[in-house]
Amino acid sequence: MSTVATTDPVLTPAHSTAISLRGRLQDALPKIVLAPSFVITLVFVYGFIIWTAYLSFTNSKTFPSYALTGARAYQRLWRWTFESDPPSSWYTSITNMAIFGFLYVGICLALGLFLAILLDQKIRGEGLLRPIFLYPMALSFIVTGVAWKWFLDPGLGLEQTLHHFGWTSFHFDWIKNKDFVIYTVVIAGVWQASGFVMAMFLAGLRGIDGEIMKAAQIDGASPLQLYRRIVIPLLRPIFLSAFIVLAHMAIKSYDLVVALTSGGPGGSAWLPSNFMYEYTFKRNEMAVGSASAIIMLMTISAIIVPYLYSELKEKAR
Amino acid sequence: MRKFMSSAAVAVVMMAGLGAAQAADVKEVQMLHWWTSGGEAAALNVLKQDLSKEGFAWKDVPVAGGGGDAAMTALKAMVAAGTYPTASQMLGYTVLDYAQAGVMGDLTETAKKEGWDKSVPAALQKFSVYDGKWVAAPVNVHSVNWLWINKAVMDKIGGTQPKTFDDLIALLDKAKAAGVIPLALGGQNWQEATMFDSIVLSTGGPEFYKKAFNDLDEESLKSDTMKKSFDNLATIIKYVDPNFSGRDWNLATAMVIKGDALVQVMGDWAKGEFVAAKKTPDKDFLCYRFPGTEGSVVYNSDMFGMFNVPDDRKAAQVALATATLSKSFQSAFNVVKGSVPARTDVPDTDFDACGKKGIADLKAANEGGTLFGSLAQGYGAPPAIANAYKDVVSKFVHGQIKSSDEAVKQLVQAIDDAR
Repeated sequence: MSTVATTDPVLTPAHSTAISLRGRLQDALPKIVLAPSFVITLVFVYGFIIWTAYLSFTNSKTFPSYALTGARAYQRLWRWTFESDPPSSWYTSITNMAIFGFLYVGICLALGLFLAILLDQKIRGEGLLRPIFLYPMALSFIVTGVAWKWFLDPGLGLEQTLHHFGWTSFHFDWIKNKDFVIYTVVIAGVWQASGFVMAMFLAGLRGIDGEIMKAAQIDGASPLQLYRRIVIPLLRPIFLSAFIVLAHMAIKSYDLVVALTSGGPGGSAWLPSNFMYEYTFKRNEMAVGSASAIIMLMTISAIIVPYLYSELKEKAR
Repeated sequence: MRKFMSSAAVAVVMMAGLGAAQAADVKEVQMLHWWTSGGEAAALNVLKQDLSKEGFAWKDVPVAGGGGDAAMTALKAMVAAGTYPTASQMLGYTVLDYAQAGVMGDLTETAKKEGWDKSVPAALQKFSVYDGKWVAAPVNVHSVNWLWINKAVMDKIGGTQPKTFDDLIALLDKAKAAGVIPLALGGQNWQEATMFDSIVLSTGGPEFYKKAFNDLDEESLKSDTMKKSFDNLATIIKYVDPNFSGRDWNLATAMVIKGDALVQVMGDWAKGEFVAAKKTPDKDFLCYRFPGTEGSVVYNSDMFGMFNVPDDRKAAQVALATATLSKSFQSAFNVVKGSVPARTDVPDTDFDACGKKGIADLKAANEGGTLFGSLAQGYGAPPAIANAYKDVVSKFVHGQIKSSDEAVKQLVQAIDDAR
């Protein structure tokens, strides 16, 4: 703004200060507008992270207590990490997280890409098909969970229906089975999110320059080669976005487990978020709950931060 | 991640609570509770009317969601913000937790005037009196060691009241042979643990139950009797239909009501479902004590915790407490709710056969010293321990813990961890 004042020397001093005041205000406007949300984020995200970290070193039970008592909560979690027979709740939670996270992200990416490629073949009725695939995303996890709970319940849904149709040997009770219940969570989760991933990939596919494709086709590339060598590598940024969206949805899924399985037989469908909520708010073991939240945060950081870092560095280059 | 969101939610609730408190009227009773189902709401209406007669308005502090978890979270936030409701529905050790935190009011004067010391069973006073001061008004007594049986099915298979655990198994066998699901159970940890409460009492007797599940005596927890209890649990679980996992308790009750199943082991809130379905005790359904537990009562109780409100709101609180423990309300409320009055001097004229039995049992158990807090319902030990116990029982039922030896080892370890 000072440049405005200096390039216009005929202005009276009073006029010039008015402009510079206005200018300064204009300059500061974005900061003023952003400040409240910045402060809110600072306090309610980072402030509470620090608070949670602090609580994990106390012996808080029902209410937060602020006397530091050492890392007893972490010691317990550490011991529970290796209690696999019978599995401790924490062991169940983290192994489920590994199974669910891997399958959910993997299948969603694969299925989403597959659907996007099919939809990208300039088929008729695309406008109708796209929202059909995308719509499950509009449902909350609770609705998804309840709907799939009824569908998968052996006494109500799929199994019962097929029995009515005469296929009485059909048997599918995963949702009641402690060893398989986590896979039903994967099924419901994938059903909900893969359409959304498809939309992301479809947008990416539409953004690819047609000239490159044509050139490759003239060079004699088969459709398979075309996708494997050119299209999919070009979609890399979409993979990154989709991965981040899916990964954080996987880590925060709590409601899906509750609505679909109510925790599963003997708590066998728990994810770490269920563990954290149960211990903090239902069992009044706030210290253990906080410690598990911190461990979750560190685990996510350990995966996401290096990945983001490498991706962003590449882009900057 | 959840944690931070919850913290934010807590903060929002705190602000909301603040607004509510500022608008508080001194002639108003603010009440936090999760009695939202039809019967429960009708039962509470009795109290609302009693209070309005004395000129006090009733204000629900709205908390969605049954089971009370959401309500307890909201209460925690309100208390953290220093804006107490007049009273809140609370269970067992929660009352003591809040009393320890120094936020509960003192109703000793009212208690003296109304003679609560004599009429309320000593076992309940353990939770409503803290440090010599009355901090809560018990509303009812539920007992959990009941069998609920469909009479038509019972007649069909020619069964009689089981007197011992083996009798019960024989009866279940009969039902199985007749093609009825013998035992209706919901596979949620609290339901499994509630049934196990009865099994332990039946297997080990009253002394053993008290030592193991109220005093948490390690020798008893480790003993062969506890192993035998787990063996008995394994035996009885074989009579459950394969689709039981995750089923709600009222759906299991519905199976008995409809005659799909013979028996449910459940607290007397199950009676509310029978009554709502227009069934009459001794005609359509039978209520027996779990075999081997006659003479003892494993209880839980709903309480109205009274908070330390400012003096100008005290009158409303005293009126609420007095109305809650009045004989007329205790009778009217518990007839609807299925439980029995929290004082032993309420006449049983309005109650049905099961209710009369329950009142008599409670009186006898109170006098005979066989009234025990249910560990599964949070009256035997603080929530951390009660939940650790539910975990172990549930893992045993669903096969993650494979033997009763292992179950006992896990139980001792889990309780030790949670101490």
